[in-house]
Amino acid sequence: MGRSKKLWAGLGIVAIVAAIAVLIVGGLSENVVYFLTPSELQARAADVVDQPLRLGGQVKPGSRSWNAETLDLRFVVQDSLSEVQVKSTGAPPAMFKEGIGVVVEGRYREDGVFEATNLMVKHSNEYEPPHDERTPQEMYESLVKPEGTS
Amino acid sequence: MLNIIGSAAVTAALLGALAVAVVGVVAGFSRRPALIRAARYGTYFIFGAMTVAVAAMETALLTHDFSVEYVAKVGSRETPLYYTAISLWSSLEGSILFWGWILAGYGALVAFVNRRSLSRLVPFAEGVMGIVGIFFFGLLATAASPFGEVFPVPANGPGPNPLLQNHPLMGLHPPMLYLGYVGLAVPFSFAIGALLAGKLDEEWIRATRRWTVAPWAFLSVGILAGGWWSYEVLGWGGYWAWDPVENASFLPWLTATAFLHSVMVQERRGMLKTWNLSLIIGTFLLTLFGTFLTRSGILDSVHAFTEGVIGPLFLAFIAIVMVASLVLIAWRSDRLYAPGSLDAVVSKESSFILNNLVFVAFTFTVLLGTTFPLIVEAVNGNRVSVGPPYFNMVTVPLGLLLLFLMGVGPALPWRRTTAERIRGAFWLPTAVGSIVLVVGLLLGVRRVYPLLTFAFAGFVMTTIVEEFRKGVQARRRIAGVSSVRAFGQILTRNSRRYGGYIVHTGIVIIIVALAISGSWRFEREATLRSGEAMLLGAYGIRFDEVWGREEPQRFVVGATLTVFHEGEELGPMQPRMNYYPNSEQPIATPAVRSSLKEDLYLTLMSFDAEEGAHATVRAIVNPAVPWLWIGGMIVALGAILAVAPQRKSRRPEFVPAAAAVATEAASPKEEAVTV
Repeated sequence: MGRSKKLWAGLGIVAIVAAIAVLIVGGLSENVVYFLTPSELQARAADVVDQPLRLGGQVKPGSRSWNAETLDLRFVVQDSLSEVQVKSTGAPPAMFKEGIGVVVEGRYREDGVFEATNLMVKHSNEYEPPHDERTPQEMYESLVKPEGTS
Repeated sequence: MLNIIGSAAVTAALLGALAVAVVGVVAGFSRRPALIRAARYGTYFIFGAMTVAVAAMETALLTHDFSVEYVAKVGSRETPLYYTAISLWSSLEGSILFWGWILAGYGALVAFVNRRSLSRLVPFAEGVMGIVGIFFFGLLATAASPFGEVFPVPANGPGPNPLLQNHPLMGLHPPMLYLGYVGLAVPFSFAIGALLAGKLDEEWIRATRRWTVAPWAFLSVGILAGGWWSYEVLGWGGYWAWDPVENASFLPWLTATAFLHSVMVQERRGMLKTWNLSLIIGTFLLTLFGTFLTRSGILDSVHAFTEGVIGPLFLAFIAIVMVASLVLIAWRSDRLYAPGSLDAVVSKESSFILNNLVFVAFTFTVLLGTTFPLIVEAVNGNRVSVGPPYFNMVTVPLGLLLLFLMGVGPALPWRRTTAERIRGAFWLPTAVGSIVLVVGLLLGVRRVYPLLTFAFAGFVMTTIVEEFRKGVQARRRIAGVSSVRAFGQILTRNSRRYGGYIVHTGIVIIIVALAISGSWRFEREATLRSGEAMLLGAYGIRFDEVWGREEPQRFVVGATLTVFHEGEELGPMQPRMNYYPNSEQPIATPAVRSSLKEDLYLTLMSFDAEEGAHATVRAIVNPAVPWLWIGGMIVALGAILAVAPQRKSRRPEFVPAAAAVATEAASPKEEAVTV
């Protein structure tokens, strides 16, 4: 293979690698989703409006309302300090009940309501009382990293 | 009793692995026949011991011997026989036992098949598999022992994780995946053996070709079966979510696929020696990493069985394997000189090198996305996740590039070619691809990626058909047989090459199905009263009733819906929810009605528990999904053909003539190297 051909082949490979790198960096920076607790969300509300987020906390007792006709589901996610209104469309998961730990994916909107696209219920066999002083890290551990099977 | 037999068998396997690790390596260096024999019989012994251990566990499971810790953890008297038998791999300890048994089985098979050949490499390979065995059997004997004794003996157990006893595919997906994962230890062991022996020519690659293709095929089927399982059980209507554990199975598949292609460059052109060693070592490391991800509980997933000490042990083992491999490569660097070099920019080898570059980039993309949350959390404590949009955004263009290369590689000759031959080889595929593009546009397809997918698929399929046509033509001329017989003959005589093209066909079908199902799925969720119907596309779905049924191991609630297509009644469909005593959350069983065109997929989301007067149902139309499974079967078929023993020509005096004629006809005999 001649010298100039080698050069072009090398340049081609560099170009491909660069394109892939741009794709990866761009993809990551646009699609990293932060996990926040209700108090963290309230504290940073202005920065995170309209960004994809995961909100983790407990379903506030008495806050759930579901209209089976319109599939409109509303509830409040809380931690010890703060709460956030959530709305979503679709049937609530079968074990969705008050006081249970949930992770909701979606976006926090200007009007202060979190629009959920996905609801995940933390299934544990015991009912956990609304907790007192758990750090966001502890809540994350308990909600996102289950210690039991499944 | 079974506790003792099982533990003793595991200990015996561990001792056997320790012995084979030492004897194998010493035998490799000293080349003394007695030691070589000893390593071989040691390898058989390990398999025997592990077979006893697995048999003891299966006996314990099937006889509900709850004095065995693992049975007390996953067994129950109510679980149906089938799910009891396969609960061997429904939790951590059992699945490592199964892993170890497959490893021992591959070891024994390698030893047996090569008992009279490759005596310079095989003892080393046995020794390396012994070392890998030490780790897994060691886990079984200590931190992940399934044979602990439970006292007092419980009367019953909780049964397996409900998700894992809800669909028959659980009997297929894990074994296939394990056969793939563990099987890749064989080419890895030969690669390390070649490094130890300092015998770094192409022998280890030739010796392990089948041992790479077969696990690759198992892994492919395992991954697809996992997608199918997820589709049939999880109720969200998808088959792939870029879940870390799915990624864990996909990563070694990517590098193994790259390896299958790059070894051909070494076999034919003596290039890429170090690269091939690194690829197979990397592949093996990724299988360990995948096992670590799925078995350590570091990530949130259905698969994470979570057990404290296992994680660090795995990480340590991965680190040891990585460092040892690098040291070996550095030690043998003087023998890794590859004599070949690239003759031309446009050639089969350059297209394979590009293919490898893209596969490695693909692997890196998936690996980065999978581990990024862990990295970020370790660095600044932020809790993040990386969603499917990242993976789709980066991997779809890479996948398209690979699809395109799949059409280029087979049609290019080795070394160099002329512009005229390129035109000759590519005008038809390019024309077909362009026609597909235009037809797509005329039919109103406006999305760029699906359009490109279809056009490239047309391009690739044309090159594959052309390859078959040329092969049949050449064969007819040589042997003077009919086209049909010629077709059969090229398949059996050059099964590696044409098996490879069949695998490619299956992959093209899968990619097209991915593009269609990813782009044109639509769904609707509604609450229906008895007798009420919803419309979804051409389908009408009428809710009739909710019913309940007691089964030994669970309580089932189902909804009966009558489905219509363009007004014509298709019959009832019954999505269900299953309530297991050991899970608060019901496990869904969606109802799927498949046709070659599309699936209608119904999930019961919620129901009126008091009177059964209404139910909330999610209905999804998933186009082309059945083609994923069909494509998977074609991949498996092609791979079986590619590993089947090639029929030697019975009239060897014809071979030179055949080669000469064939070279003229785009040289199928000459380039008899595919997959």
